[in-house]
Amino acid sequence: MSSKVLTKPLGDVPVALPPLQRVTLTINGAEKQLEVAPWTSLLDLLREYLDLTGTKKGCDHGQCGACTVLVDGKRINSCLSLAVMQEGKEITTIEGLAKGDQLHPVQEAFIEHDAFQCGYCTPGQICSAVGLINEGHAKTTEDIQELMSGNICRCGAYVGITAAVEQALKVCQSNAQ
Amino acid sequence: MNSFTYTRAETVDTAIGEIKAHHTAKFIAGGTNILDLMKENVERPDHLVDITRLPLKQIETLPDGGLRLGALVTNADTAYHPEVQKRYPLLSKTILAGASAQLRNMATDGGNLFQRTRCYYFYDTATPCNKREPGSGCSAINGFNRIHAILGTSEHCIATHPSDMAVALAALEATIRVSGPNGERTLAMADFHRLPGDKPQYDNNLEAGEIVTSIDLPANGFANNYNYLKLRDRSSYAFALVSVAAALELEGDTIREARVALGGVAHMPWRKPEAEALLKGQKATKENFRKVAEALLEGAKGFGANTFKIELAPRAIVRALVMATEMKKK
Ligand SMILES: Cc1cc2nc3c(=O)[nH]c(=O)nc-3n(C[C@H](O)[C@H](O)[C@H](O)COP(=O)(O)OP(=O)(O)OC[C@H]3O[C@@H](n4cnc5c(N)ncnc54)[C@H](O)[C@@H]3O)c2cc1C
Ligand code: SF4
Ligand code: FES
Ligand code: FES
Repeated sequence: MSSKVLTKPLGDVPVALPPLQRVTLTINGAEKQLEVAPWTSLLDLLREYLDLTGTKKGCDHGQCGACTVLVDGKRINSCLSLAVMQEGKEITTIEGLAKGDQLHPVQEAFIEHDAFQCGYCTPGQICSAVGLINEGHAKTTEDIQELMSGNICRCGAYVGITAAVEQALKVCQSNAQ
Repeated sequence: MNSFTYTRAETVDTAIGEIKAHHTAKFIAGGTNILDLMKENVERPDHLVDITRLPLKQIETLPDGGLRLGALVTNADTAYHPEVQKRYPLLSKTILAGASAQLRNMATDGGNLFQRTRCYYFYDTATPCNKREPGSGCSAINGFNRIHAILGTSEHCIATHPSDMAVALAALEATIRVSGPNGERTLAMADFHRLPGDKPQYDNNLEAGEIVTSIDLPANGFANNYNYLKLRDRSSYAFALVSVAAALELEGDTIREARVALGGVAHMPWRKPEAEALLKGQKATKENFRKVAEALLEGAKGFGANTFKIELAPRAIVRALVMATEMKKK
Protein backbone atom coordinates (compact mmCIF):
# COMPACT_ATOMS: atom_id res chain seq x y z
CA MET A 1 0.00 0.00 0.00
CA SER A 2 1.52 3.29 -0.98
CA SER A 3 0.07 6.13 0.99
CA LYS A 4 2.19 8.51 -1.10
CA VAL A 5 -0.35 8.17 -3.89
CA LEU A 6 -3.17 9.09 -1.55
CA THR A 7 -1.45 12.03 0.03
CA LYS A 8 -1.23 15.23 -1.90
CA PRO A 9 0.57 18.12 -0.24
CA LEU A 10 -2.66 19.92 0.49
CA GLY A 11 -2.23 20.90 4.10
CA ASP A 12 -1.39 17.75 6.02
CA VAL A 13 -4.55 15.84 5.27
CA PRO A 14 -4.83 13.06 2.68
CA VAL A 15 -7.28 14.12 -0.02
CA ALA A 16 -8.52 10.69 -1.07
CA LEU A 17 -9.88 8.14 1.35
CA PRO A 18 -7.27 5.54 2.28
CA PRO A 19 -8.25 1.93 1.61
CA LEU A 20 -10.10 -0.15 4.16
CA GLN A 21 -7.94 -2.23 6.46
CA ARG A 22 -8.52 -5.92 7.15
CA VAL A 23 -8.73 -6.97 10.79
CA THR A 24 -9.45 -10.31 12.43
CA LEU A 25 -10.65 -10.37 16.01
CA THR A 26 -12.80 -12.42 18.34
CA ILE A 27 -15.86 -10.75 19.77
CA ASN A 28 -17.75 -12.52 22.54
CA GLY A 29 -16.29 -15.84 21.43
CA ALA A 30 -16.99 -15.49 17.69
CA GLU A 31 -14.15 -14.81 15.27
CA LYS A 32 -14.83 -11.92 12.89
CA GLN A 33 -12.98 -10.92 9.74
CA LEU A 34 -13.77 -7.33 8.97
CA GLU A 35 -12.72 -4.46 6.77
CA VAL A 36 -12.68 -1.10 8.47
CA ALA A 37 -11.46 2.41 7.85
CA PRO A 38 -8.30 2.97 9.93
CA TRP A 39 -9.95 5.71 12.01
CA THR A 40 -12.84 3.53 13.19
CA SER A 41 -12.65 3.29 16.97
CA LEU A 42 -13.27 -0.06 18.61
CA LEU A 43 -16.39 1.54 20.13
CA ASP A 44 -17.77 2.58 16.73
CA LEU A 45 -16.94 -0.83 15.29
CA LEU A 46 -19.01 -2.51 18.00
CA ARG A 47 -21.94 -0.13 17.90
CA GLU A 48 -22.17 0.97 14.27
CA TYR A 49 -20.93 -2.06 12.34
CA LEU A 50 -21.69 -5.04 14.59
CA ASP A 51 -24.92 -3.80 16.20
CA LEU A 52 -23.52 -4.47 19.65
CA THR A 53 -25.10 -1.37 21.14
CA GLY A 54 -24.79 -2.49 24.76
CA THR A 55 -21.46 -0.70 24.95
CA LYS A 56 -22.25 3.00 25.33
CA LYS A 57 -20.69 6.18 24.04
CA GLY A 58 -20.66 8.82 26.76
CA CYS A 59 -17.85 11.30 26.17
CA ASP A 60 -15.83 9.63 23.36
CA HIS A 61 -12.68 11.00 25.11
CA GLY A 62 -11.73 8.56 27.84
CA GLN A 63 -13.38 10.64 30.54
CA CYS A 64 -16.43 8.61 31.56
CA GLY A 65 -15.93 4.83 31.19
CA ALA A 66 -19.31 4.17 29.49
CA CYS A 67 -17.45 2.47 26.61
CA THR A 68 -15.50 0.03 28.83
CA VAL A 69 -14.96 -3.43 27.29
CA LEU A 70 -12.54 -6.24 28.04
CA VAL A 71 -9.63 -6.97 25.71
CA ASP A 72 -7.92 -10.27 26.55
CA GLY A 73 -9.61 -9.98 29.95
CA LYS A 74 -8.40 -6.44 30.67
CA ARG A 75 -10.72 -3.45 30.78
CA ILE A 76 -10.07 -0.57 28.41
CA ASN A 77 -11.91 2.47 27.03
CA SER A 78 -13.01 1.36 23.57
CA CYS A 79 -13.48 4.99 22.45
CA LEU A 80 -9.71 5.61 22.63
CA SER A 81 -8.63 2.54 20.70
CA LEU A 82 -8.65 1.91 16.98
CA ALA A 83 -10.42 -1.21 15.74
CA VAL A 84 -7.42 -2.05 13.52
CA MET A 85 -5.17 -2.11 16.58
CA GLN A 86 -7.16 -5.03 18.01
CA GLU A 87 -5.88 -7.53 15.41
CA GLY A 88 -5.89 -11.01 16.98
CA LYS A 89 -7.43 -9.87 20.27
CA GLU A 90 -10.37 -11.26 22.20
CA ILE A 91 -12.98 -8.65 22.96
CA THR A 92 -15.71 -9.19 25.53
CA THR A 93 -18.61 -6.75 25.73
CA ILE A 94 -21.59 -6.59 28.05
CA GLU A 95 -23.44 -8.86 25.56
CA GLY A 96 -20.85 -11.59 26.11
CA LEU A 97 -20.84 -11.86 29.91
CA ALA A 98 -23.87 -14.07 30.56
CA LYS A 99 -23.73 -17.78 29.79
CA GLY A 100 -27.12 -18.31 28.13
CA ASP A 101 -29.69 -17.42 30.78
CA GLN A 102 -27.10 -17.55 33.55
CA LEU A 103 -26.10 -13.98 34.38
CA HIS A 104 -22.54 -13.13 35.36
CA PRO A 105 -22.17 -12.67 39.17
CA VAL A 106 -21.50 -8.96 38.58
CA GLN A 107 -24.75 -8.62 36.61
CA GLU A 108 -26.67 -10.43 39.36
CA ALA A 109 -25.13 -8.23 42.02
CA PHE A 110 -26.06 -5.05 40.11
CA ILE A 111 -29.71 -6.17 40.02
CA GLU A 112 -29.69 -7.17 43.68
CA HIS A 113 -28.22 -3.86 44.82
CA ASP A 114 -30.20 -1.62 42.46
CA ALA A 115 -26.85 -0.34 41.23
CA PHE A 116 -28.29 1.94 38.54
CA GLN A 117 -30.99 4.44 37.77
CA CYS A 118 -31.07 5.40 34.07
CA GLY A 119 -28.71 2.53 33.23
CA TYR A 120 -26.59 4.38 30.71
CA CYS A 121 -23.31 3.89 32.55
CA THR A 122 -24.20 0.33 33.62
CA PRO A 123 -22.67 -1.78 30.82
CA GLY A 124 -19.40 0.10 31.33
CA GLN A 125 -19.63 -0.24 35.12
CA ILE A 126 -20.24 -3.98 34.84
CA CYS A 127 -17.42 -4.61 32.36
CA SER A 128 -15.15 -2.48 34.50
CA ALA A 129 -16.07 -4.48 37.61
CA VAL A 130 -15.34 -7.75 35.78
CA GLY A 131 -11.95 -6.30 34.84
CA LEU A 132 -11.35 -5.20 38.43
CA ILE A 133 -12.07 -8.73 39.66
CA ASN A 134 -9.78 -10.29 37.00
CA GLU A 135 -6.97 -7.89 37.97
CA GLY A 136 -7.14 -8.92 41.63
CA HIS A 137 -5.81 -5.71 43.21
CA ALA A 138 -8.90 -4.64 45.16
CA LYS A 139 -8.85 -5.74 48.80
CA THR A 140 -10.98 -3.13 50.59
CA THR A 141 -14.06 -1.02 49.91
CA GLU A 142 -11.75 1.97 49.40
CA ASP A 143 -9.77 -0.02 46.83
CA ILE A 144 -12.99 -0.79 44.96
CA GLN A 145 -14.00 2.87 44.96
CA GLU A 146 -10.58 3.95 43.72
CA LEU A 147 -10.32 1.24 41.06
CA MET A 148 -13.87 1.93 39.81
CA SER A 149 -13.24 5.68 39.55
CA GLY A 150 -12.85 5.42 35.78
CA ASN A 151 -16.61 4.91 35.52
CA ILE A 152 -18.70 8.00 36.07
CA CYS A 153 -22.37 7.62 37.01
CA ARG A 154 -24.30 10.79 36.34
CA CYS A 155 -27.25 9.43 38.34
CA GLY A 156 -24.96 9.02 41.33
CA ALA A 157 -25.73 5.35 41.95
CA TYR A 158 -22.28 4.91 43.48
CA VAL A 159 -23.42 3.46 46.80
CA GLY A 160 -25.24 0.61 45.07
CA ILE A 161 -22.44 0.14 42.55
CA THR A 162 -19.80 -0.19 45.28
CA ALA A 163 -21.97 -2.66 47.22
CA ALA A 164 -22.62 -4.71 44.06
CA VAL A 165 -18.94 -4.89 43.13
CA GLU A 166 -18.03 -5.84 46.69
CA GLN A 167 -20.54 -8.70 46.65
CA ALA A 168 -19.52 -9.89 43.17
CA LEU A 169 -15.86 -9.84 44.17
CA LYS A 170 -16.64 -12.17 47.10
CA VAL A 171 -18.77 -14.47 44.93
CA CYS A 172 -16.09 -14.72 42.25
CA GLN A 173 -13.36 -15.32 44.83
CA SER A 174 -15.29 -18.15 46.46
CA ASN A 175 -16.21 -19.62 43.04
CA ALA A 176 -12.51 -19.65 42.20
CA GLN A 177 -11.62 -21.62 45.32
CA MET B 1 -10.79 13.33 12.94
CA ASN B 2 -9.07 13.53 9.54
CA SER B 3 -8.51 10.44 7.44
CA PHE B 4 -5.14 8.72 7.63
CA THR B 5 -3.37 5.53 6.66
CA TYR B 6 -2.18 2.95 9.17
CA THR B 7 0.56 0.37 9.45
CA ARG B 8 1.67 -1.95 12.22
CA ALA B 9 5.43 -1.94 12.77
CA GLU B 10 7.22 -5.19 13.61
CA THR B 11 10.69 -3.74 14.27
CA VAL B 12 12.01 -0.49 15.72
CA ASP B 13 13.83 0.27 12.46
CA THR B 14 10.72 -0.08 10.31
CA ALA B 15 8.79 2.10 12.77
CA ILE B 16 11.39 4.85 12.43
CA GLY B 17 11.46 4.43 8.63
CA GLU B 18 7.66 4.72 8.41
CA ILE B 19 7.77 8.11 10.11
CA LYS B 20 10.32 9.38 7.62
CA ALA B 21 8.38 8.00 4.66
CA HIS B 22 5.31 10.12 5.37
CA HIS B 23 4.51 13.78 5.56
CA THR B 24 3.14 14.05 9.11
CA ALA B 25 3.24 10.50 10.47
CA LYS B 26 3.00 9.73 14.20
CA PHE B 27 3.47 6.69 16.37
CA ILE B 28 0.48 5.31 18.20
CA ALA B 29 0.96 3.26 21.37
CA GLY B 30 -1.89 3.13 23.91
CA GLY B 31 -3.71 5.73 21.84
CA THR B 32 -5.15 7.44 24.90
CA ASN B 33 -3.68 10.84 24.13
CA ILE B 34 -3.15 10.89 20.40
CA LEU B 35 -6.65 9.66 19.52
CA ASP B 36 -8.19 12.10 21.97
CA LEU B 37 -6.31 14.96 20.27
CA MET B 38 -7.08 13.65 16.78
CA LYS B 39 -10.79 13.70 17.58
CA GLU B 40 -10.38 17.38 18.48
CA ASN B 41 -8.39 18.05 15.26
CA VAL B 42 -5.46 19.21 17.38
CA GLU B 43 -3.30 16.39 16.01
CA ARG B 44 -3.78 15.67 12.29
CA PRO B 45 -1.32 12.98 11.24
CA ASP B 46 -1.56 11.63 7.68
CA HIS B 47 -0.28 8.24 8.83
CA LEU B 48 -0.21 6.29 12.09
CA VAL B 49 2.48 3.75 12.89
CA ASP B 50 1.17 1.26 15.43
CA ILE B 51 4.12 0.42 17.69
CA THR B 52 2.25 -1.79 20.14
CA ARG B 53 3.66 -4.99 18.61
CA LEU B 54 7.30 -3.95 18.98
CA PRO B 55 9.34 -6.21 21.26
CA LEU B 56 9.65 -3.50 23.95
CA LYS B 57 7.37 -5.02 26.56
CA GLN B 58 9.85 -6.36 29.10
CA ILE B 59 10.79 -5.17 32.55
CA GLU B 60 14.30 -6.41 33.24
CA THR B 61 17.09 -5.92 35.76
CA LEU B 62 20.16 -4.09 34.46
CA PRO B 63 23.76 -5.14 35.20
CA ASP B 64 24.24 -2.05 37.42
CA GLY B 65 21.31 -3.12 39.59
CA GLY B 66 18.86 -0.74 37.92
CA LEU B 67 15.63 -1.69 36.20
CA ARG B 68 14.73 -1.27 32.52
CA LEU B 69 11.10 -0.54 31.64
CA GLY B 70 10.35 -1.29 27.98
CA ALA B 71 8.63 1.66 26.31
CA LEU B 72 5.58 -0.44 25.44
CA VAL B 73 4.95 -1.83 28.93
CA THR B 74 1.60 -0.50 30.09
CA ASN B 75 1.34 1.87 33.03
CA ALA B 76 -0.71 -0.80 34.89
CA ASP B 77 1.81 -3.59 34.29
CA THR B 78 4.57 -1.26 35.49
CA ALA B 79 2.79 -0.12 38.65
CA TYR B 80 1.90 -3.68 39.68
CA HIS B 81 5.20 -5.29 38.69
CA PRO B 82 6.70 -6.97 41.80
CA GLU B 83 10.17 -5.45 41.27
CA VAL B 84 8.71 -1.98 40.78
CA GLN B 85 6.49 -2.33 43.85
CA LYS B 86 9.38 -3.58 45.96
CA ARG B 87 12.25 -1.39 44.77
CA TYR B 88 10.52 1.66 43.26
CA PRO B 89 7.32 2.05 45.29
CA LEU B 90 7.40 5.81 44.57
CA LEU B 91 6.96 5.08 40.87
CA SER B 92 4.22 2.54 41.51
CA LYS B 93 2.29 4.92 43.77
CA THR B 94 2.70 7.77 41.29
CA ILE B 95 1.40 5.82 38.31
CA LEU B 96 -1.60 4.60 40.32
CA ALA B 97 -2.44 8.21 41.20
CA GLY B 98 -2.96 8.98 37.51
CA ALA B 99 -5.87 8.48 35.11
CA SER B 100 -8.15 5.42 35.66
CA ALA B 101 -7.71 1.65 35.75
CA GLN B 102 -8.93 1.40 32.14
CA LEU B 103 -6.58 4.11 30.90
CA ARG B 104 -3.61 2.64 32.78
CA ASN B 105 -4.29 -0.70 31.07
CA MET B 106 -3.88 1.06 27.71
CA ALA B 107 -1.33 3.82 28.36
CA THR B 108 2.30 2.89 27.82
CA ASP B 109 5.36 4.07 29.73
CA GLY B 110 6.80 5.63 26.56
CA GLY B 111 3.53 7.29 25.55
CA ASN B 112 3.06 8.72 29.02
CA LEU B 113 6.15 10.92 28.55
CA PHE B 114 4.72 12.36 25.33
CA GLN B 115 1.21 13.21 26.52
CA ARG B 116 0.47 16.81 25.69
CA THR B 117 -0.74 19.59 27.94
CA ARG B 118 -4.34 19.69 29.15
CA CYS B 119 -4.48 23.49 28.61
CA TYR B 120 -8.10 24.10 27.58
CA TYR B 121 -7.11 26.50 24.79
CA PHE B 122 -4.66 24.00 23.32
CA TYR B 123 -7.64 21.64 22.94
CA ASP B 124 -9.95 24.29 21.50
CA THR B 125 -9.04 24.92 17.86
CA ALA B 126 -11.25 28.05 17.84
CA THR B 127 -8.85 29.92 20.14
CA PRO B 128 -5.28 31.20 19.64
CA CYS B 129 -2.56 28.96 21.08
CA ASN B 130 1.17 29.17 20.38
CA LYS B 131 1.70 25.51 21.15
CA ARG B 132 -0.90 24.34 18.63
CA GLU B 133 -0.43 27.16 16.13
CA PRO B 134 2.93 28.92 16.59
CA GLY B 135 2.60 32.70 16.43
CA SER B 136 -1.14 32.82 17.06
CA GLY B 137 -0.81 33.98 20.68
CA CYS B 138 -1.47 32.47 24.11
CA SER B 139 -5.08 32.55 25.27
CA ALA B 140 -4.25 31.34 28.76
CA ILE B 141 -2.01 34.16 29.98
CA ASN B 142 -4.94 36.56 30.22
CA GLY B 143 -7.58 33.86 30.20
CA PHE B 144 -8.70 31.15 32.60
CA ASN B 145 -5.49 29.61 33.87
CA ARG B 146 -6.30 27.66 37.03
CA ILE B 147 -4.34 24.60 35.87
CA HIS B 148 -1.41 26.52 34.42
CA ALA B 149 2.27 26.91 35.28
CA ILE B 150 3.88 29.21 37.83
CA LEU B 151 7.51 28.30 37.13
CA GLY B 152 9.61 28.43 33.98
CA THR B 153 6.86 30.11 31.98
CA SER B 154 7.42 32.39 29.01
CA GLU B 155 5.38 35.16 27.43
CA HIS B 156 4.55 32.62 24.73
CA CYS B 157 3.14 29.75 26.81
CA ILE B 158 2.27 28.95 30.42
CA ALA B 159 1.18 25.33 29.91
CA THR B 160 2.05 22.51 32.32
CA HIS B 161 3.14 18.99 31.52
CA PRO B 162 0.32 16.81 32.82
CA SER B 163 2.13 13.52 33.49
CA ASP B 164 2.34 12.12 37.01
CA MET B 165 4.74 9.34 36.05
CA ALA B 166 7.28 11.82 34.65
CA VAL B 167 7.44 13.56 38.04
CA ALA B 168 8.49 10.36 39.80
CA LEU B 169 10.93 9.54 36.98
CA ALA B 170 12.52 12.97 37.44
CA ALA B 171 12.91 12.42 41.19
CA LEU B 172 14.40 8.97 40.58
CA GLU B 173 16.78 10.34 37.90
CA ALA B 174 15.66 7.87 35.26
CA THR B 175 17.33 7.89 31.85
CA ILE B 176 15.44 7.59 28.58
CA ARG B 177 16.79 5.40 25.78
CA VAL B 178 15.96 6.60 22.30
CA SER B 179 16.44 5.23 18.77
CA GLY B 180 16.19 7.35 15.67
CA PRO B 181 17.32 7.92 12.11
CA ASN B 182 20.79 8.77 13.46
CA GLY B 183 21.12 5.80 15.80
CA GLU B 184 20.70 5.42 19.54
CA ARG B 185 21.17 7.88 22.36
CA THR B 186 20.34 8.28 26.01
CA LEU B 187 18.84 11.34 27.70
CA ALA B 188 18.66 12.14 31.38
CA MET B 189 15.10 12.78 32.52
CA ALA B 190 16.13 16.39 33.21
CA ASP B 191 17.06 16.82 29.53
CA PHE B 192 14.04 15.07 28.04
CA HIS B 193 11.30 17.68 28.47
CA ARG B 194 11.91 21.40 27.95
CA LEU B 195 10.63 24.81 28.98
CA PRO B 196 8.40 26.63 26.47
CA GLY B 197 10.65 29.65 25.73
CA ASP B 198 9.80 31.04 22.31
CA LYS B 199 9.10 27.57 20.85
CA PRO B 200 6.21 26.18 22.90
CA GLN B 201 5.27 23.89 20.02
CA TYR B 202 8.04 21.57 21.24
CA ASP B 203 7.31 19.70 24.46
CA ASN B 204 10.59 17.79 24.53
CA ASN B 205 14.07 17.61 23.03
CA LEU B 206 13.56 14.63 20.70
CA GLU B 207 14.16 14.87 16.97
CA ALA B 208 11.52 13.93 14.42
CA GLY B 209 11.30 10.16 14.00
CA GLU B 210 12.99 9.32 17.29
CA ILE B 211 11.35 6.60 19.34
CA VAL B 212 11.74 5.90 23.04
CA THR B 213 12.74 2.27 23.51
CA SER B 214 13.08 2.12 27.28
CA ILE B 215 13.09 4.02 30.54
CA ASP B 216 16.01 2.97 32.75
CA LEU B 217 15.84 3.36 36.52
CA PRO B 218 19.06 3.65 38.52
CA ALA B 219 19.71 1.12 41.30
CA ASN B 220 18.68 3.45 44.14
CA GLY B 221 14.89 3.47 44.31
CA PHE B 222 14.51 5.31 47.67
CA ALA B 223 12.20 2.50 48.73
CA ASN B 224 12.18 3.32 52.46
CA ASN B 225 11.20 6.97 52.58
CA TYR B 226 9.18 8.38 49.73
CA ASN B 227 5.83 9.92 48.91
CA TYR B 228 3.80 11.10 45.96
CA LEU B 229 1.35 13.76 47.05
CA LYS B 230 -1.15 14.70 44.36
CA LEU B 231 -3.54 17.62 44.97
CA ARG B 232 -6.48 17.92 42.58
CA ASP B 233 -10.09 18.99 42.25
CA ARG B 234 -11.46 15.49 42.89
CA SER B 235 -9.73 12.68 44.71
CA SER B 236 -9.41 10.30 41.76
CA TYR B 237 -9.42 10.39 37.92
CA ALA B 238 -8.26 14.01 37.73
CA PHE B 239 -5.02 15.71 36.77
CA ALA B 240 -2.80 17.31 39.41
CA LEU B 241 -3.06 20.98 40.31
CA VAL B 242 0.16 20.50 42.24
CA SER B 243 1.99 17.25 42.88
CA VAL B 244 5.16 16.37 44.72
CA ALA B 245 7.40 13.33 44.36
CA ALA B 246 9.60 13.24 47.45
CA ALA B 247 12.33 10.73 48.24
CA LEU B 248 14.74 10.66 51.15
CA GLU B 249 17.66 8.58 52.30
CA LEU B 250 17.81 8.86 56.05
CA GLU B 251 20.28 7.87 58.72
CA GLY B 252 18.34 8.27 61.90
CA ASP B 253 17.04 11.82 61.67
CA THR B 254 19.79 12.96 59.34
CA ILE B 255 19.24 13.25 55.62
CA ARG B 256 21.88 11.65 53.42
CA GLU B 257 20.15 12.39 50.15
CA ALA B 258 16.93 14.12 49.13
CA ARG B 259 14.98 14.34 45.90
CA VAL B 260 11.99 16.56 45.26
CA ALA B 261 10.21 16.92 41.93
CA LEU B 262 7.04 18.90 41.29
CA GLY B 263 4.19 18.32 38.87
CA GLY B 264 1.44 20.71 37.79
CA VAL B 265 3.64 23.79 38.10
CA ALA B 266 5.74 23.89 34.94
CA HIS B 267 6.16 22.78 31.33
CA MET B 268 8.26 19.88 32.65
CA PRO B 269 8.75 18.10 35.97
CA TRP B 270 10.33 20.79 38.20
CA ARG B 271 13.53 19.82 40.03
CA LYS B 272 16.44 21.79 41.42
CA PRO B 273 19.40 19.76 42.63
CA GLU B 274 20.74 22.90 44.42
CA ALA B 275 17.57 23.06 46.49
CA GLU B 276 17.80 19.37 47.36
CA ALA B 277 21.44 19.82 48.38
CA LEU B 278 20.27 22.16 51.17
CA LEU B 279 19.01 19.05 52.97
CA LYS B 280 22.23 17.02 52.76
CA GLY B 281 23.50 16.27 56.26
CA GLN B 282 20.61 18.23 57.80
CA LYS B 283 17.90 17.08 60.16
CA ALA B 284 14.55 16.05 58.71
CA THR B 285 12.53 18.92 60.17
CA LYS B 286 9.68 21.05 58.86
CA GLU B 287 11.87 24.15 59.06
CA ASN B 288 14.49 22.59 56.81
CA PHE B 289 11.83 21.30 54.43
CA ARG B 290 10.34 24.78 54.19
CA LYS B 291 13.74 26.12 53.10
CA VAL B 292 13.88 23.62 50.25
CA ALA B 293 10.33 24.49 49.28
CA GLU B 294 11.20 28.17 49.11
CA ALA B 295 14.30 27.47 47.01
CA LEU B 296 12.25 25.33 44.62
CA LEU B 297 9.60 28.02 44.23
CA GLU B 298 12.06 30.87 43.69
CA GLY B 299 10.85 33.13 40.91
CA ALA B 300 7.32 31.67 40.87
CA LYS B 301 4.82 33.86 39.06
CA GLY B 302 1.03 33.58 39.08
CA PHE B 303 -1.35 34.61 36.30
CA GLY B 304 -4.53 35.13 38.29
CA ALA B 305 -6.55 31.96 38.56
CA ASN B 306 -3.42 29.88 39.23
CA THR B 307 -1.75 32.21 41.76
CA PHE B 308 -2.97 29.98 44.61
CA LYS B 309 -0.35 27.44 43.54
CA ILE B 310 2.46 29.69 44.79
CA GLU B 311 1.43 28.96 48.38
CA LEU B 312 -0.07 25.53 47.78
CA ALA B 313 3.15 24.12 46.30
CA PRO B 314 5.49 24.84 49.24
CA ARG B 315 2.94 23.48 51.70
CA ALA B 316 2.60 20.36 49.58
CA ILE B 317 6.39 19.97 49.47
CA VAL B 318 6.72 20.20 53.25
CA ARG B 319 3.87 17.78 53.78
CA ALA B 320 5.21 15.27 51.26
CA LEU B 321 8.65 15.35 52.89
CA VAL B 322 7.19 14.99 56.40
CA MET B 323 5.15 12.00 55.25
CA ALA B 324 8.19 10.48 53.56
CA THR B 325 10.21 10.93 56.77
CA GLU B 326 7.56 9.36 58.96
CA MET B 327 7.20 6.26 56.77
CA LYS B 328 10.13 4.37 58.12
CA LYS B 329 12.92 5.46 60.38
CA LYS B 330 16.04 3.34 60.07
C1 LIG C 1 -9.51 11.19 30.90
C2 LIG C 1 -8.03 11.06 31.04
C3 LIG C 1 -7.44 11.27 32.29
C4 LIG C 1 -6.06 11.15 32.43
N1 LIG C 1 -5.50 11.38 33.66
C5 LIG C 1 -4.15 11.34 33.81
C6 LIG C 1 -3.55 11.62 35.05
O1 LIG C 1 -4.21 11.90 36.05
N2 LIG C 1 -2.19 11.57 35.12
C7 LIG C 1 -1.42 11.26 34.04
O2 LIG C 1 -0.20 11.22 34.17
N3 LIG C 1 -1.97 10.99 32.85
C8 LIG C 1 -3.32 11.03 32.71
N4 LIG C 1 -3.87 10.78 31.49
C9 LIG C 1 -3.00 10.68 30.32
C10 LIG C 1 -2.50 9.30 30.02
O3 LIG C 1 -1.66 8.86 31.07
C11 LIG C 1 -1.71 9.40 28.71
O4 LIG C 1 -2.64 9.69 27.68
C12 LIG C 1 -0.97 8.15 28.38
O5 LIG C 1 0.03 7.89 29.34
C13 LIG C 1 -0.33 8.25 27.00
O6 LIG C 1 0.25 7.02 26.65
P1 LIG C 1 -0.23 6.22 25.36
O7 LIG C 1 0.60 4.99 25.26
O8 LIG C 1 -1.70 6.02 25.35
O9 LIG C 1 0.19 7.27 24.25
P2 LIG C 1 -0.41 7.57 22.76
O10 LIG C 1 -1.66 8.32 22.87
O11 LIG C 1 -0.41 6.29 21.99
O12 LIG C 1 0.75 8.48 22.23
C14 LIG C 1 0.95 9.79 22.74
C15 LIG C 1 2.08 10.43 21.95
O13 LIG C 1 3.32 9.79 22.23
C16 LIG C 1 3.94 9.35 21.06
N5 LIG C 1 4.60 8.09 21.44
C17 LIG C 1 4.02 7.04 22.08
N6 LIG C 1 4.94 6.11 22.38
C18 LIG C 1 6.13 6.58 21.91
C19 LIG C 1 7.47 6.07 21.92
N7 LIG C 1 7.78 4.88 22.49
N8 LIG C 1 8.44 6.81 21.36
C20 LIG C 1 8.15 8.01 20.78
N9 LIG C 1 6.91 8.54 20.75
C21 LIG C 1 5.91 7.83 21.31
C22 LIG C 1 2.85 9.22 20.02
O14 LIG C 1 3.35 9.43 18.74
C23 LIG C 1 1.90 10.32 20.44
O15 LIG C 1 2.28 11.53 19.86
C24 LIG C 1 -5.26 10.84 31.32
C25 LIG C 1 -5.83 10.61 30.09
C26 LIG C 1 -7.20 10.72 29.93
C27 LIG C 1 -7.81 10.48 28.58
S1 SF4 D 1 -0.61 28.12 27.73
FE1 SF4 D 1 0.50 27.26 25.98
S2 SF4 D 1 -0.87 25.60 25.38
FE2 SF4 D 1 -2.14 27.02 26.59
S3 SF4 D 1 -2.99 28.58 25.18
FE3 SF4 D 1 -1.06 29.38 25.92
S4 SF4 D 1 0.36 28.71 24.29
FE4 SF4 D 1 -1.42 27.40 24.10
S1 FES E 1 -17.12 7.08 25.87
FE1 FES E 1 -15.18 6.19 26.22
S2 FES E 1 -14.69 6.98 28.18
FE2 FES E 1 -16.50 8.08 27.73
S1 FES F 1 -27.26 4.87 36.19
FE1 FES F 1 -27.56 6.73 35.10
S2 FES F 1 -25.51 7.30 34.70
FE2 FES F 1 -25.23 5.68 36.04
